[in-house]
Amino acid sequence: MTTSEWPLWEVFVRSRRGLSHTHVGSLHAPDAEMALRNARDLYTRRSEGVSIWVVPSSAVTASSPDEKDPFFEPAADKPYRHPTFYEVPEGVRHL
Amino acid sequence: MSAPRTAVLALGDDALVLSHRLGEWAGNAPVLEEEVALANIALDLLGQARALLTMAGDEDELAYLREERAFTNVQLVEQPNGDFAHTIARQLYFSAYQELLYERLADGGTDDAELAALAAKAVKEVAYHRDHAEHWTLRLGDGTETSRKRMKDALEGLWRHTGELFRPVEGLDVDWAGLDEQWARRITGVLERAALTVPEGPRSSPWAAGAGRQGVHTEPFGRMLAEMQHLHRSHPGASW
Amino acid sequence: MTTLLPETDRGGGPGAHQEVFDAAIAADERIEPRDWMPDAYRATLVRQIAQHAHSEIIGMQPEANWITRAPSLRRKAILMAKVQDEAGHGLYLYSAAETLGASRDELLDKLHSGRQKYSSIFNYPTLTWADVGAIGWLVDGAAITNQVPLCRCSYGPYARAMVRVCKEESFHQRQGYELLLALSRGTEAQHAMAQDAVDRWWWPSLMMFGPPDDASKHSAQSMAWKIKRHSNDELRQRFVDICVPQAESLGLTLPDPELRWNEERGHYDFGPIDWSEFHEVLRGNGPCNDQRLDRRRRAHEEGAWVREAAAAYARKHGGQDGDGRTAA
Repeated sequence: MTTSEWPLWEVFVRSRRGLSHTHVGSLHAPDAEMALRNARDLYTRRSEGVSIWVVPSSAVTASSPDEKDPFFEPAADKPYRHPTFYEVPEGVRHL
Repeated sequence: MSAPRTAVLALGDDALVLSHRLGEWAGNAPVLEEEVALANIALDLLGQARALLTMAGDEDELAYLREERAFTNVQLVEQPNGDFAHTIARQLYFSAYQELLYERLADGGTDDAELAALAAKAVKEVAYHRDHAEHWTLRLGDGTETSRKRMKDALEGLWRHTGELFRPVEGLDVDWAGLDEQWARRITGVLERAALTVPEGPRSSPWAAGAGRQGVHTEPFGRMLAEMQHLHRSHPGASW
Repeated sequence: MTTLLPETDRGGGPGAHQEVFDAAIAADERIEPRDWMPDAYRATLVRQIAQHAHSEIIGMQPEANWITRAPSLRRKAILMAKVQDEAGHGLYLYSAAETLGASRDELLDKLHSGRQKYSSIFNYPTLTWADVGAIGWLVDGAAITNQVPLCRCSYGPYARAMVRVCKEESFHQRQGYELLLALSRGTEAQHAMAQDAVDRWWWPSLMMFGPPDDASKHSAQSMAWKIKRHSNDELRQRFVDICVPQAESLGLTLPDPELRWNEERGHYDFGPIDWSEFHEVLRGNGPCNDQRLDRRRRAHEEGAWVREAAAAYARKHGGQDGDGRTAA
């Protein structure tokens, strides 16, 4: 038996209060408690974080690169969702 | 008031020696994640040792130029690493003790402000060490037949070095018997959760010469010091 | 359901995929784990990332050799932190390799059975304390010269791992330089120790950049794929140019009588490298090849019961017991 029985976990770290958790990498651990501790030891040893999430890699559902076009392109032709789409007369402020 | 030298040296030597032992794991841990974890603990302890020894004098003079009999660490911390179960058992016994002691020192157990401040900072590190040791005790105790046997042997083998932890250290205002009771409750709790039993048998040596706090050590300690000190001593007066 | 794990075959024909891939490389975009990629690109990356990860963990050994003998507590703390970083860097890199579908177990198995290599530099012994300094200054220096361009490598997870590694490694080289400086300015015996270490580590460090460009079998393709950004000889020259003035400031000499500034080229000329030594060490005949691999295998084998115990415990307790809290 080998470490493959230790599943892979994805690690997310909140670097400081007010920011979201960001994906930083992965690690192996036998269970969630150990994963959290291993993540603390590995990914925050230079004070990089104030909060950690660990998620089993197998639990992540990801969009497929092949579906990239139907997923993401339809949003590209709707510039009216962005404020820069609109003209504002010179001199008008706080808008 | 300056820190009581006897106490500062005793606590500093504990941290120094255990850090050294944990450093011996580098490159040998059972899994890479554990390399990082053990090194973190070793580095915390080395940091504590340096602060404590500096309160008593020059850290390097104290670490490298004292003879074996002048070291006052408890015998528990000088015990060789053995297998991973031995290292975890040693860490469990020691960090449970260290956490309780430092809590007390941070909260009136010493009238030295510097030592109290150091204890207040260190207690957070030590709580993590204890947590690490507890988690592994559970996994080894309640893991496979092999791991249970190894953990049991380790706990029993080191048991006779646990009584010394609660011998009074000069200069510290601590209810040692009370500390010992709290320690025993804590250890019993962990071992029960790990499906292990608390070892039986004597917790200290009957030898009148005493133990670590009196500068009386076990045989492996002399070798450890020989290795640790030889380079420094080979170049008297040199700076590094 | 699709997960984070990579897919090798999603149908649709390789032709269209190849075009998308080529366009991404040409536009200097990053390739991400689940993107289609040519098999050879994937294989090259797995080989390179694995070798890099193996080098980090085998590289712990020569330096760990001195942790228990470090001559001051300050140096001991620095060295422990550095060796710990190497374990950490190994983890970042194995983690990057996992995104390509290569599990850590599989890679470790290939390392242990000699089917994958690690950097030959770690097959040299650390004979004195000064070797710790020489490794930091020269070996880490050469590694950084190699690695900084990898932060822009075309494969996203590898590039991101390297950003983290490079950030952390900057202290490694400095501590080595500082260590050597203290020795060089110390007693006569300390100075001699430093010079001896630099004499032994200089040439092997130059070999770390790999064979000359005209003899390097993987280089051209790796450059085309933007896995590699500079040739072996370019990087080697850059390293020599950096080291010469640093050696002068150290008060130590580099063991190459042909080393001199070439005004015309704007670079230092240096003597020929003994590639026969390089190939012998690579073939397994270096001073420490057997020792390094034996120790690695032993640590892994002796740890098997621990890994098994934790896995058994997780099975009994459902893997997520205890104080795990809901993410928020």
